[in-house]
Amino acid sequence: MILDLRIPMGLMFTLVGMILTLFGLKTDGNQALYARCLGINANLWWGLVLLAFGLTMLILGQRGQKRVEQQPPEPLEKGHERSGH
Amino acid sequence: MLNLTAVDWLIMLLYFVFVLGIGFALRRSMKTSKDFFQAGRALPAWICGLAFISANLGAQEVIGMGASGAKYGLETAHFYGIGAIPAMIFVGIFMMPFYYGSKARSVPEFLRMRFDEKTRALNACSFAVMTVFSSGISMYAMARLIQALHVFDGLFHALGWAPEGIFTFSIVLSAAIVLLYIFLGGLTSAIYNEVLQFFLIIAGFLPLVLIGLRNIGGWSGLKASVPLAYMHEWKGVAHASTNPMGIEIIGLGMGLGFVLGSGYWCTDFLVIQTAMASKNMESARRVPLIAAVPKMLFPFLVILPGILAIGLPTPHSTNVVSRGADGSIIHRIDIVAPQVEQGRGLVPAKINPVTGQPMLDTNGNPLLDYDMATPNMLLHFFPTGILGLGLTALLASFMSGMAGNVTAFNTVFTYDLYQSYIRKGASDRHYMAVGRWATVGGILLSIATAYAAINFNNIMDTLQLVFSFVNAPLFATFLLGMFWKRATGHGAFAGLIAGTAAAMLHHGLTLPLLAHPGIHGGWIAVLHSYPSDMAQNFWGAIFAFSTNFVVAVVVSLATKARPDAELVGLVHSLTPKPARAHIAWWKRPEALAVAVLAGAVAINIFFY
Repeated sequence: MILDLRIPMGLMFTLVGMILTLFGLKTDGNQALYARCLGINANLWWGLVLLAFGLTMLILGQRGQKRVEQQPPEPLEKGHERSGH
Repeated sequence: MLNLTAVDWLIMLLYFVFVLGIGFALRRSMKTSKDFFQAGRALPAWICGLAFISANLGAQEVIGMGASGAKYGLETAHFYGIGAIPAMIFVGIFMMPFYYGSKARSVPEFLRMRFDEKTRALNACSFAVMTVFSSGISMYAMARLIQALHVFDGLFHALGWAPEGIFTFSIVLSAAIVLLYIFLGGLTSAIYNEVLQFFLIIAGFLPLVLIGLRNIGGWSGLKASVPLAYMHEWKGVAHASTNPMGIEIIGLGMGLGFVLGSGYWCTDFLVIQTAMASKNMESARRVPLIAAVPKMLFPFLVILPGILAIGLPTPHSTNVVSRGADGSIIHRIDIVAPQVEQGRGLVPAKINPVTGQPMLDTNGNPLLDYDMATPNMLLHFFPTGILGLGLTALLASFMSGMAGNVTAFNTVFTYDLYQSYIRKGASDRHYMAVGRWATVGGILLSIATAYAAINFNNIMDTLQLVFSFVNAPLFATFLLGMFWKRATGHGAFAGLIAGTAAAMLHHGLTLPLLAHPGIHGGWIAVLHSYPSDMAQNFWGAIFAFSTNFVVAVVVSLATKARPDAELVGLVHSLTPKPARAHIAWWKRPEALAVAVLAGAVAINIFFY
């Protein structure tokens, strides 16, 4: 069965979100760094948004993958014998 | 000056790891050439739908739409409202049944089924050449931008490498990544990565728009800081002299809406291939419609940064004197470069590379480097951390544009050129290997194009000009082929040649105002001048389309038609309507199409 795209995508955004959130927490209150984005801790807030998005994708993807695996495998087309390893 | 820290590099690295990881994970699923070239025709509609717009979301789109937003304002949204959305609805509802239903593996192959071998050969050759050059242009633009933004300067400095190598490094790095993931996972890998890139571009650009809007004082603040015409999409469009683009309603509606937009979204295999990879007919028809939904919202994401860049105050050299806590006097002097100071908003002036002085137009005002509008917004607002995300999004957009070109090239080369004219009847395994090596060849040719672009200044403009000659008449051929059963192969072929010739002739005889004859037109004689190059472009497309249409009809009527039985499934009037009673009305593609259309109208009213 082919990989459900939401799993790697969810994983990537979860990781990026985590990195940004942690970095944002570490640099919270650093006015010199956040002066350019109007004093908003853009790393922290946007990191949390991406974290939520990534986790949602991950959960949806794992559910989808499970549903596909529970289904009986589709019959192969005739004349398209697939040689497995 | 750009200061990237470890966290920026970490995000960029993470993205590269996932892109390649997807390629490796999909390698085991690539068993037949159908898996490799057509993603096994098994993908869900939403994935193909997002890939459908992401394939187009390359450098030209992200940088170009920002630049156009800075230059023309909201009128740029016509490329979406008139150019893309109606065409996407049309291709989903009316054309996809023939592309998908005919079981053609590529757009040129559809032309062979409907018309004849020579029409296919003409389309396949011109398409293969154009995709390779387009991906080369995309690569060149990326390498230049990386140089201009000094992304890798710190890295090169740390490693002790000469900064002259940055151009080559950028090209080789991006080419190697795209090559590897397509080589391993074929179209599935390209589509998966395009979806990943789609979300990454949103993740990188949405905070930019939000922060930019907040800085300028929201929507009303933006309105107050740019000229009135910038914030209206339709006002003043009735006459060429009253809108920034210098184009009137007929040229706009016909040229962009009916010819250029449809020509691209309905016939270009670069985008059509993603819809043809979906799992069944209903999904395939839904793909462009699903794609149209985020497409409607993209003006906010890609055009708005450009308008914001123009509206924001220009940074000036400042001299701030303050008193420290211990009573000492502190002088802080910020000096901005002359090109920034002479620019408008955050858009810098263009610098003459020889003299180092800003370039002036005929009225003595500095020319602006609009392509830097969006990248400068990123640098201006993003602190380290999210800056890494923004730059990764920019790189992702370049790669998705390149990848779409490369998969379209390897399919057309293998099926329409190699299998048809070089080696027929070989094993499936052989064609899959050819496809993989065509990927390598295509990327090498793209790299060569990128290097040619350095040495010949005008090569990019020239290539894009030639593409427009070839593409402008295409839509007429497909329209006649799918909806008029009397259209013949000789008619289609003659129409295509005549349409391209008409586009060239039109370009050679007209000139936009204030331009010199040459690359901008008028190289035969100047019979007519247009108020802008955009107007010239739109009207050229209208002439090419009409010529193709008329010539194809006349030649078709003079030649022998194919029997109806051969055209079942290829022409609208001869194809039985599929039984769809089992699908609830609101689940049908038509219902989605009406909803998308209503949304598009609402957005146009909002931007009025």
